[in-house]
Amino acid sequence: MSGPRYPGFDTLTLHAGQRPDPATGARAVPIYASTSFCFDDSEHAASLFNMERAGHVYSRISNPTVAVLEERIAALEKGVGAIATASGQAALHLAVVTLMGAGSHIVASRALYGGSHNLLAYTLRRFGIETTFVDPRSLDAWRAAIRPNTRLLFGETLGNPGLDVLDIPNVAAIAHEHGLPLLVDSTFTTPYLMQPFELGADLVYHSATKFLGGHGVAIGGLLVDGGTFDWAASGNFPTITEPYEGFHGMNFAEESTVAPFLLRARREGLRDFGACMSPHTAFLILQGLETLPLRMQRHVDNTRKVVAFLAAQPSVARVAYPELPTHPDRALAERLLPRGCGAVFSFELKGSRAAGRKFVESLKVFSHLANVGDAKSLVIHPATTTHFRVPDEELAAAGITQGTIRLSIGLEDPDDLIEDLARALKAAAKVT
Amino acid sequence: MLLDGLYAYEGGRRFDPALPCVVFLHGAQHDHSVWILQSRYLAHHGHAVLALDLPGHGRSRGPAATSVEAIADRVAQSIAPLANPRFLLVGHSMGSLVALELARRLADRVAGAALCATAFPMRVSDALLTATRDDPPAAMDMINVWSHSASTAPFAVRPGNPAPGFNVVWQNLRLMQRIARVNGADVLATDFAACNAYTGGLEAARALRCPALFVLGAADQMTPPRAAQPLIEACADKTVVTLPDTGHAMMAENPDGVRRALESFAARIFATAAA
Repeated sequence: MSGPRYPGFDTLTLHAGQRPDPATGARAVPIYASTSFCFDDSEHAASLFNMERAGHVYSRISNPTVAVLEERIAALEKGVGAIATASGQAALHLAVVTLMGAGSHIVASRALYGGSHNLLAYTLRRFGIETTFVDPRSLDAWRAAIRPNTRLLFGETLGNPGLDVLDIPNVAAIAHEHGLPLLVDSTFTTPYLMQPFELGADLVYHSATKFLGGHGVAIGGLLVDGGTFDWAASGNFPTITEPYEGFHGMNFAEESTVAPFLLRARREGLRDFGACMSPHTAFLILQGLETLPLRMQRHVDNTRKVVAFLAAQPSVARVAYPELPTHPDRALAERLLPRGCGAVFSFELKGSRAAGRKFVESLKVFSHLANVGDAKSLVIHPATTTHFRVPDEELAAAGITQGTIRLSIGLEDPDDLIEDLARALKAAAKVT
Repeated sequence: MLLDGLYAYEGGRRFDPALPCVVFLHGAQHDHSVWILQSRYLAHHGHAVLALDLPGHGRSRGPAATSVEAIADRVAQSIAPLANPRFLLVGHSMGSLVALELARRLADRVAGAALCATAFPMRVSDALLTATRDDPPAAMDMINVWSHSASTAPFAVRPGNPAPGFNVVWQNLRLMQRIARVNGADVLATDFAACNAYTGGLEAARALRCPALFVLGAADQMTPPRAAQPLIEACADKTVVTLPDTGHAMMAENPDGVRRALESFAARIFATAAA
């Protein structure tokens, strides 16, 4: 054995953030289903409230079970810490509102999950935060969209629905040239496939509902801070570098050189907006995390087989998977995602909207629902579900056609998945 | 606040020159933020606090001082004019050597010296020195692994420092990387050279006119408890606290243990000074 080394990724998925419970010896992470935690005395209470000592006070701010999940994902991402939230959407919201207020501006990839797009395009705009959406593949567009009041660049590691691979090193460089952080949604890749901080991103969030939990049983989000962004040097973030009246004049950047963002997010964002994760949810997601490397590898292996099958079918017009030679980001994917490009992708079925509907309704193994990242394979036909009311021209702008089908490939026997798809393709072909 | 060009974090409370003063001195490639909980606690419990960024570290710009004596000279120059009647000097690792030298310079104004994760001589291994020179990122990884107790570091500190949900190991690495980026890639080599070259430890320990507290980590791989023995033996008035399951990064791994040791020591020495 050579010199000192960090524990391996697989070890961290099982152990990071936890030791056997000191009170009971429990090996599994106990569910601390308690809203609040007793103080030793008044002095202890005061020092906890004033951040002179570390500890749990009230489960909206922190909870022992949730903290294990937070410290585990931070270890897996190589971040300085994390905050677990009620959902991935809550994690995105927490990141934004910690960094900025009314009058600020975000530059975001236009290839976003619909929920994220809604938050940025409509809801945050109502609160005075505007977003410019750009083609994630155009570095010039990212650069050109930055304004004096821009406070964040944001994209997904794999965009929706075409799996645009975010060029994190170059987009991060543009952000840093302007004293701005890059936030990425890493839900589709998980730290098993990509560690965005190693590539230059500053903040990462996950919808833990998806692959991290992995079993479709709990909604949750995780916001992770890489500890790499120099908020003080930037000068753009008074919420982090100037005294905060709402916490006894605390200047978070003086308290912590590398983790002031998380301090502010927890001391203000969790406290005031309250979108915390329950310990039950944290426990369920932790169970998923324990097998993340095994599951993600199998997800990717199965996906490659399904992609190869679909790409060879005459009734399939196009498969959008970055490992295919037809995908515009293949070279970038080889560099940034050597372990694979995840298990969620879209393909285009030849034919009408009715053919797409028939295809989905003919599947037996795939479940027709609005989620991804489950152990079970999932399918959705955007034109008849999530984008049902969207006009064709807007669908086209979003990269969606009448025949677009989104699959989330699970852990079943891949032969069964292919057989299921073959049957559905045959049924769809009969629809004119 | 800035003290003659040196940045000092005041523990989240306005500095009061009438109070006994606790001066925190960080170790190599670190800054004041390693003392976040201990400094906040003491500042809110009857002390004036100065958690310094040593010359050339963090917000104290300019070159890093090249010897322990030079660091102590610079710190003494900055804090000697303060009106505070008595000082408790608290140093971690390299900072503990600075505390010893600083005690000589401030003489009777020093009520006590708390030496955390200390050693004398504080020799840096050849492997680490080579890595520091040839491959600084690898050196920082080595330090980071060795700075955390082997049994627990990769896993859990309960609760996290400075609050639940924070990852102790990666905070330490990111801080070292930040210092290298902001203050210069040579800071680590300069600090280690200063530790390696320092020969005055035993003399300074014998010359202490105040009580000394040794806070040692039972699982410290950088400065194991046995490496502190020469200094312990050289001190006339000493207290030794060994923290179980605690590594070199003791303020983060065992914040309550370090705080308790410092609080108890501060209460004793300042009570004695007042009497």
